[in-house]
Amino acid sequence: MNAFLNQYGGQIGTLTVEHLWLTGAAMLFATAIAVPVGVWLTRSPRWARPVIGISNVLQTIPSLAMFGFLLPLPWLGERAARIAIAALTAYALLPILRNTYAGICGIDPAVIEVARALGLTGRQRLFKVELPLAASFILAGLRTATVTCVGIATIAAAVGAGGLGELIFRGVASVDNRLVMAGAVPAALLALLADGALGLLERRFKVPA
Amino acid sequence: MAPAIPAIEFRNLEVRAPQGRVILDGVSLESAEGTVTAILGRSGSGKTTLLRTVNRMIEPTSGEILVHGQPVHSADLIALRRGMGYVIQETGLFPHFTVERNAGLVLEAQGRPRQERARRSRELLAAVGLDPDTFRRRYPHQLSGGQRQRVGLARALAADPAILLMDEPFGALDPLTRAEMQDMLRDLLGRLHKTVLLVTHDLDEALYLGDRIVLLSEGRLIADLPREAFLSSREPQVIEYIRAFHRGERDDPLRAPSFSRSVRKRWETTNPNPGGEEGSR
Repeated sequence: MNAFLNQYGGQIGTLTVEHLWLTGAAMLFATAIAVPVGVWLTRSPRWARPVIGISNVLQTIPSLAMFGFLLPLPWLGERAARIAIAALTAYALLPILRNTYAGICGIDPAVIEVARALGLTGRQRLFKVELPLAASFILAGLRTATVTCVGIATIAAAVGAGGLGELIFRGVASVDNRLVMAGAVPAALLALLADGALGLLERRFKVPA
Repeated sequence: MAPAIPAIEFRNLEVRAPQGRVILDGVSLESAEGTVTAILGRSGSGKTTLLRTVNRMIEPTSGEILVHGQPVHSADLIALRRGMGYVIQETGLFPHFTVERNAGLVLEAQGRPRQERARRSRELLAAVGLDPDTFRRRYPHQLSGGQRQRVGLARALAADPAILLMDEPFGALDPLTRAEMQDMLRDLLGRLHKTVLLVTHDLDEALYLGDRIVLLSEGRLIADLPREAFLSSREPQVIEYIRAFHRGERDDPLRAPSFSRSVRKRWETTNPNPGGEEGSR
């Protein structure tokens, strides 16, 4: 065991950081896309069904296939990490988008009515009322997305994007369960950690009814 | 003396629902500066719609609304709304803001400095009967229904608007709290000189707070009378409305035993000389 850690410890560390970077970047992109789109959907509700539908379909594409689809694309396909981040972003869209939309739609209509009637501008309504009141919902979506993506990111190793999946793939190829575990255990811990941290944040933003 | 410009004037107002149903049908009405106009009517009579056209929460299909002589449809929407207090039955307090921040919301929206907002919040909370030191740090969910409504009123008054729009503000409260709130509001309005549109279906409330009483039915204006003249109106729909409140009474409901005792008492003490206190016109 000690000998194994001595041999692979450094690698596990590097790959964990790589894994974090892939997932983190994807979460950033997904949030930057899904939250504004979710807000826009609350303004134009007739688009809600089709747009959420599309992100739903994205979610159903098997991850290995998704990495495959992105491979031949120009620019994106040039770097494995780009493919991985794009694919993870696609998977993270739905939970964040859906929760942003549902979180804002679920705000007490009387609160929105008064915000309008007392002369808050659209921007003030969004930043002072809607986003703060929907924050715990949005964070819940981000939490689901993060946990899912930490798992899916292991498959990014299939296209050479690195991350903890690399150890898993190598372990499977060489029938070495220790290597599989060396990839799987840190990935699971990362998921649990992200879940716990975002869960705390979510409770912090919960608004008592 | 030239007639003063009414604070609020509805000119032949018509509102249709998208499906074409008529919600307001040719309503013309004037509300004089500093008076309380109580708008009565059963559910669906269009009274809330009428109120909401003033701050353009609803745009009329045709007709015009003038506020202090200026048509609202050409006014700047945000400025128009900030110039009017708005109080609704559900209060719509912001659950993530403290009482103090809720009360100072309009000032915050206007970008006024924090100290000014805090000072004004204290003033307002005291004015609506809440001890600022006890309540300013609380959140809406820590308040009773009546206290919430008081904060809602404080918020509506924050920017010292000339006009106050109130949509069944006390409709969800128990009778005792409601009576307290009515007393508080009456007292407050006596000092503040606001023009108030008060939507209610409670005749007692309308008589207690209103200078004029307006009855709407199916989107039409049925009556627009000074408070004192309302009960003696010969208009069949007014009689029907009063009867519904004081069932079984044929004569003056003020003298009838079923007329809310507390209101009658207040009525008699505040109107020693009925007819002499009439608001306007």
